[in-house]
Amino acid sequence: MSGGVDSSVAAALLAEAGHEVCGVTLRLWGGDSDSGCCAVSDVEDARRVADRLGIEHHVFNDAEAFERHVVVPYVDAHAAGRTPNPCVECNRHLKFGLLAERAERLDFDAVATGHHARRVWRDGAWRLVRGADGAKDQSYVLHPLLAGGLDRVLLPIGELTKAEVRARAAELDLRTATKPESQDVCFVTRAEGRAAFLGRRIPLRPARAVDLDGVEVGEVAAVELVTVGQRRGVGLAGGTGRRFVLDVEPDGPGGPVVVVGDATELLVDETWVDDVVWAPGAAPADGAEVAVTAQCSAHGRPLAASAAVVAPGVVRVRWATPERRVAAGQSVVLYVGDEVAAGGTARRSASRSTAAGLAGESSTAVGASS
Amino acid sequence: MERDDVYLDHAASSPLSSLALEAMLPWLSGPAANPSGAHARARAARRAVDDARDRIAAVVGCRSTEVVFTSGGTEADNLAVLGVAARRPGAVACSAIEHPAVLEAVRSLDDRPTIELGVDRSGRLDLDELARRLPGDAALVSVMAVNNEVGTIQPVVEAAAAVRAAAPEVVVHTDAIQAPGWVDLRPRWEVVDLLSLSAHKFGGPQGVGALVVRTGTPLGARQLGGSQELGRRAGTPSVAAIVAMGVALAEADAQRTATVARVAVLRDRLILGIDAAIDGVVELGVADGDRSHKVAANAHLCIEGVASEELLFLLDQAGVRAAAASSCASGAHAGSHVVAALGATEAQARGAIRFSLGATTTEAEVERAVEVVVAAVGRLRGTAS
Repeated sequence: MSGGVDSSVAAALLAEAGHEVCGVTLRLWGGDSDSGCCAVSDVEDARRVADRLGIEHHVFNDAEAFERHVVVPYVDAHAAGRTPNPCVECNRHLKFGLLAERAERLDFDAVATGHHARRVWRDGAWRLVRGADGAKDQSYVLHPLLAGGLDRVLLPIGELTKAEVRARAAELDLRTATKPESQDVCFVTRAEGRAAFLGRRIPLRPARAVDLDGVEVGEVAAVELVTVGQRRGVGLAGGTGRRFVLDVEPDGPGGPVVVVGDATELLVDETWVDDVVWAPGAAPADGAEVAVTAQCSAHGRPLAASAAVVAPGVVRVRWATPERRVAAGQSVVLYVGDEVAAGGTARRSASRSTAAGLAGESSTAVGASS
Repeated sequence: MERDDVYLDHAASSPLSSLALEAMLPWLSGPAANPSGAHARARAARRAVDDARDRIAAVVGCRSTEVVFTSGGTEADNLAVLGVAARRPGAVACSAIEHPAVLEAVRSLDDRPTIELGVDRSGRLDLDELARRLPGDAALVSVMAVNNEVGTIQPVVEAAAAVRAAAPEVVVHTDAIQAPGWVDLRPRWEVVDLLSLSAHKFGGPQGVGALVVRTGTPLGARQLGGSQELGRRAGTPSVAAIVAMGVALAEADAQRTATVARVAVLRDRLILGIDAAIDGVVELGVADGDRSHKVAANAHLCIEGVASEELLFLLDQAGVRAAAASSCASGAHAGSHVVAALGATEAQARGAIRFSLGATTTEAEVERAVEVVVAAVGRLRGTAS
C-alpha cells in the first residue's frame, strides 16, 4: 500500500471478498521524496486506509535493498549512457522479489498490488494482461513477473478503470479517493530534479555533439542526462531542421559524444532486445517470427512489429514501419493482443549495428559515427 | 487487550497503575481548575500539583522546587540540552547511545563543537574516552542512567566525577527515563545537575514528565509564555497527569527492590528458554550470562538468521508484543545506533529484538513468549512450519 488510491482500493476489494488481508507499506527511500510512495505522509495515508478497512498494516524498511537494486543501477545506467526504468527494477527486486519472499515466509498466499493490469488464466497458465483502463495500463512495468511468481500475485483493480477506482474509494470514504497520482521517479524530487540528484552521485560531464558523419555540431552540458530521442536541451549552433539525439557514447575515445540527427535519421527498422523472458508458450520457433505490438516506455504507444529469437534471451524486433530508436536500458515489452508475451531490455541502437544487415532500407540505415 | 496478549514492551510504555488511575480520575471528572489561578479551586489544583512535586522530590532526593513538570521525557531532555546551551557557550557532549531526544537535540547545536562518546563492549560509557576527549570548557555533558534499548545501567556516578575533573564549570545531565522502578534515583541525582523523567515508563500516564533542575543551574526556558514552573516551563500543566505521575513514582520506588528481584528471575527465564531451544542467540554486552550491569526489565537478543521485523510480525500475530531497536516516524524499523555502537555484526543487528518486562509481567506471559519466539524463529529459518 503506497498510500495512493489504487492500492487502497485493491486492499478494499480483497478485504470485501473475504480474504485475510494485511496492508504493507515498504519504506524504500530515506531521502527526500515528493512524488513517490516513501514520504511519511504517504505511509500515514496507507495506515489510515488500512484502519478504515479494518485490516492490519505493517511497514517494512527496505531502504537498503532499494538503494542496491534500484537507485545504484539507476545512477550507473545514466553514467553509462542508458535510460533506466527504475519502477521496473523496483517491481522485480522489491515488490515481487523481497516482499514476495517475505510474504511466503510469513505464511501469506499472495502479494497483491494496485497496478492497473490483470492476471488471467489462459491456455494452462497465468497470463499477464493489460488492465481494463487502456490509458492507465501498467502491465509494462510488471514484465519481470514473466520470470516467475505470477501464480502468487493478485491485481485486484485490473478490471476497473481509474474513474471506477476513484468512485469505489469515494464510496468507501477512503481518504485517498482524490489524491493526485504519482508518476515521476519517486526518489528524485521535482524541486531538486534529475540533474541535481545525479550530480550529487556522479560527475556530470560535457559532451561533444556530432552528426552521423562525425562532424561536430555543438555540445551538451552533461552526457549523463541525455536520452536517445530527446530533442530539447541539446544546444546546437547552426543546425538545420530538428535535432534529435540518436546515440549516446559517454566513454568515446575522444571523450563523451552525443550523436544527433534529424527526425528521419532517428528512425530505425529494428530494435534488439536483451535479457528477454517469454510467457509460457509465447516464444516463436527458431527462425520464425511472431506478430506483436511492442511498448518501449511506461506510457509509450504500442507499435506494430514482428519478433524473432536470434539467440537465447535475445530478440530482434522488426518494426512494421520505421520507428524511433529506443533508448538503451529501456524495457521493451511485447504484446500479443492484450497479453504480455515477452519483456526485456533494449540494446543500444549503436549507429554501427544497424548499418550492415539492412539491405533495401537505406533511408533509415545509418553510417558509422566514429 | 486480548485475553492471551503477552505484553513485553514496557520500555515503550508501561500500563497505568491502578493507584495512579484512581488518583487522577477526580481531576478529570471534577470541576475545572487552573492551578495558576487565585481562587479556591485553583488553589486546590495547585496544592495537588505541589503534592505530586513533593512525592517526586522524595524519590529523587531533590528539593520540591527543583522539579519542573513537562509534557514528557522528550521535552525534558530537549529542555536540558537546549536550555543549558542557551545560557552557556562551550562544547556539548553525550554518549553515542543516548535516546534521540538527547542525541538530536545535541546534534542540532550548530554554534559549537558536539561530541558523541563511545561505549565499551558491555554497552557502558567509555570513561577513558570521556577523559581524553572532553574539552576543559565543556558546557554540558549528558549521560543516560539506563539505556532504553539494551538496558545497560550507565556509570553515571563515575562519569560525573570524571566530567567534573576535566571541566569544572560543566553542567551534567542524566536522562533517567528508563531508571525509575529499576534503580535508585538518589545516588544519580546527587552527582548531576539535571535529570529527566517520563511518567508512562513507571506506571504513570502518557503526556507528562519532569526535568529535575538543581538550584542555580544555568537553564534558559524553551517554551515561552506564562510564569508556570518558576518561569522554566510555560503553559498550563495537566493536573490529573501530574497527580498520577507523583503517585506512580512513589509506588514504583517503594516496590523497587521486590520488583527487581521478581522480574530479574522472569527475564533470565525468558532468555534461557529461548537460548536453550534455538541456536545463534547473542546477547550484546553480556558475557557468561552476567547481566548485573543491566536493569532487570531488559532482555535484548540478537537472533541470527532472522530479520527482526519479520520476527516481530509473527510474534504480533501470536499476541506477543515486543520491539526492535527503535522506530522512525513512518513506523518502519530503522537500524539501531545503539546496537551498532555495541559492535554488533550486520547479521546480529538484523535480528535484534527487545523484550522489556514490567512490574505487571507474569510467569505465564514469559512462558508463552518463549513458546511463540521459538516457533517463529523456526518458521523464519525454515526449520519448522
